[in-house]
Amino acid sequence: MPFDAVFLRGQKPRAQKRARELAAVFTIRALASTSPLWSGFSWPRMVAGQEKACSPPGMTPLLQVQNLDVAYYSRAGKKSPALDGVSFDVQPGEALGVLGESGSGKSTLALALLRLLPGNAEIQRGAVLFEGRDLLRAGHRELERIRGARIALIFQEPSVALHPTIRIGQQIRDALAAHQSFSRGVLRDKALHVLEEIFAEDAARIADSYAHELSGGQQQRVLMAQAIGCGPSLIVADEPTASLDATTQQDILSLFKTLRKKFNLSLILITHNPALLAGLADRILVLYAGKVAEIGPTEDILTSPRHPYTLALLQSMPGGQEERANGRKSKLPVIPGEAPNLAAHANGCRFESRCTDRMDRCIEREPAAVAISAGHDVSCFRYGG
Amino acid sequence: MERILIVDKLEKRYERAPVFGAKKEVMALQGISFSIDRGATLALVGKSGSGKSTLAFCIAGLDRPTSGRIIFEGNDIAALDEKRLRDVRPQIQVVFQDPARSLNPRFSAVEIVSEPLLIQGRLDKREREGRARALLSQVGIPQEKALQRAEEFSGGQRQRLAIARALALEPKLLILDEALSALDCSVQAQIANLLIELQGSLGLAYLFITHDLAMAEHLGDEIAVMERGQIVELDFVDRVVRAPEHEVTRSLIAATPRLGVAAYGPKAV
Repeated sequence: MPFDAVFLRGQKPRAQKRARELAAVFTIRALASTSPLWSGFSWPRMVAGQEKACSPPGMTPLLQVQNLDVAYYSRAGKKSPALDGVSFDVQPGEALGVLGESGSGKSTLALALLRLLPGNAEIQRGAVLFEGRDLLRAGHRELERIRGARIALIFQEPSVALHPTIRIGQQIRDALAAHQSFSRGVLRDKALHVLEEIFAEDAARIADSYAHELSGGQQQRVLMAQAIGCGPSLIVADEPTASLDATTQQDILSLFKTLRKKFNLSLILITHNPALLAGLADRILVLYAGKVAEIGPTEDILTSPRHPYTLALLQSMPGGQEERANGRKSKLPVIPGEAPNLAAHANGCRFESRCTDRMDRCIEREPAAVAISAGHDVSCFRYGG
Repeated sequence: MERILIVDKLEKRYERAPVFGAKKEVMALQGISFSIDRGATLALVGKSGSGKSTLAFCIAGLDRPTSGRIIFEGNDIAALDEKRLRDVRPQIQVVFQDPARSLNPRFSAVEIVSEPLLIQGRLDKREREGRARALLSQVGIPQEKALQRAEEFSGGQRQRLAIARALALEPKLLILDEALSALDCSVQAQIANLLIELQGSLGLAYLFITHDLAMAEHLGDEIAVMERGQIVELDFVDRVVRAPEHEVTRSLIAATPRLGVAAYGPKAV
């Protein structure tokens, strides 16, 4: 018997309902608590006013992120910026890949979209327009209606995101019941139906299992079931295939493809591995040290990257073009050094110290985004800026 | 070339004793045979649960095989008693997957690297620190960071620390258990280069355990593919990748995401 059922036995119906609601809240908090910075949670504050819009005219994007700045504060009050002027949009049904190394701000971006940042973070400026509303200015009740229902978040590490002592079926039902009220029977059917979308005939067995009885790949699928449960229009997945082995990784990616088509989902897929995005993303956004280095169609980015960082990153992957020609165990071309410390960064291009192609003006100021071709923007002085 | 490690018909059974009913036996390793040459790399690939780590534990002397022989430099590790095993262990060192968990966060870089020397009772304090600093520069950690605590290092640098610690006792065989998997792509390349460099200068043999076939292909001389506790394919890298014989190998190759060339055809960069 699940732990909460023991807890609920003999309670009055109203108390039971309240307890279930609480359980749902805790499940959501357990989901969100994968961030190590999740101590002393409070809602991030908003400061400065709204910035100008920058979307292409004509189309109505599902999500528009405009000039988003996020910074973290240390206990001593020292500010370190995490995102700086990040702008992009996502069209209905589109899959956007966000590519960046650790510390580039990619997870901060995912959390900032739904205002789930930890208490020591501050969204300093910008707008996140989703279905006509600015999420950064929405009230808490409004946000609760959007989180999980309209925009679903899939966190890293499914083993941490799932509750260890509640059966999977109940966790799916909690996620559904958090947004709509159903009778018990309808809820049960709905949850099973959601699981069937992903596990087919295995659904009933999975619903009866606890998280620890499932493999890593199955746990990831449960999170995906939870995500699609309320019929969102956007799924944000933060490194959904890290810690899975290669074949399972491919299974998960193809499941994303299937679900996307079937439910006309938009997708933001955050990863450090460009190879994962090859067959899945329509466009790729390359994030470097909190700034958009390059954004463009997947094929352009992967086969003719323009930003020196993107180029160097792709060349450092094993199995690339130049390898093997020089015999076995040739060294990989690497990006020298490490990502810059943003707290100490003054002005100039963020990639300057590691760039093989730097010029004088690279240390003077930051390059602006330049459109190279339709929908392909690069922030580098090599192309103007 | 001279063989440094010969594994012969290795078997490992785990017994699971349920509360009721008969004991259950799990065959973790079954008839494993291979060898590694001095200064060479064997890449061991397979899905999670295929027995890769169990094999690594047996070879490192952290677990005992049920039957079979592990001959390292002429000694059968599987037959040695605990006391004699202590003399062999320094020569086989392990680098684990997650440096955040395998290093004590409160230790300084020098402390981490000199601890194996301390445990083995080698050198005095000043000599140990000197050796540790030399090792740190060998793996590319600048001297001014030698007294920083492990938690202050980035993921890539922590893995460098773990490698420096593994090198402290001058091993002949390094077991790299998913040592690159937790790192960013760009950092993986840096560490892979470091491994190639160290192999060249120190003549180390590697047992490189991974689920990333592209990296196995890059670092390995030979590839062994594991499935359900057995090696299903073992051959030189080129042959395994170009002409895979076993179904498992083929599915692994198919599942390895490839960039540019394969996905879109060659195009000038």
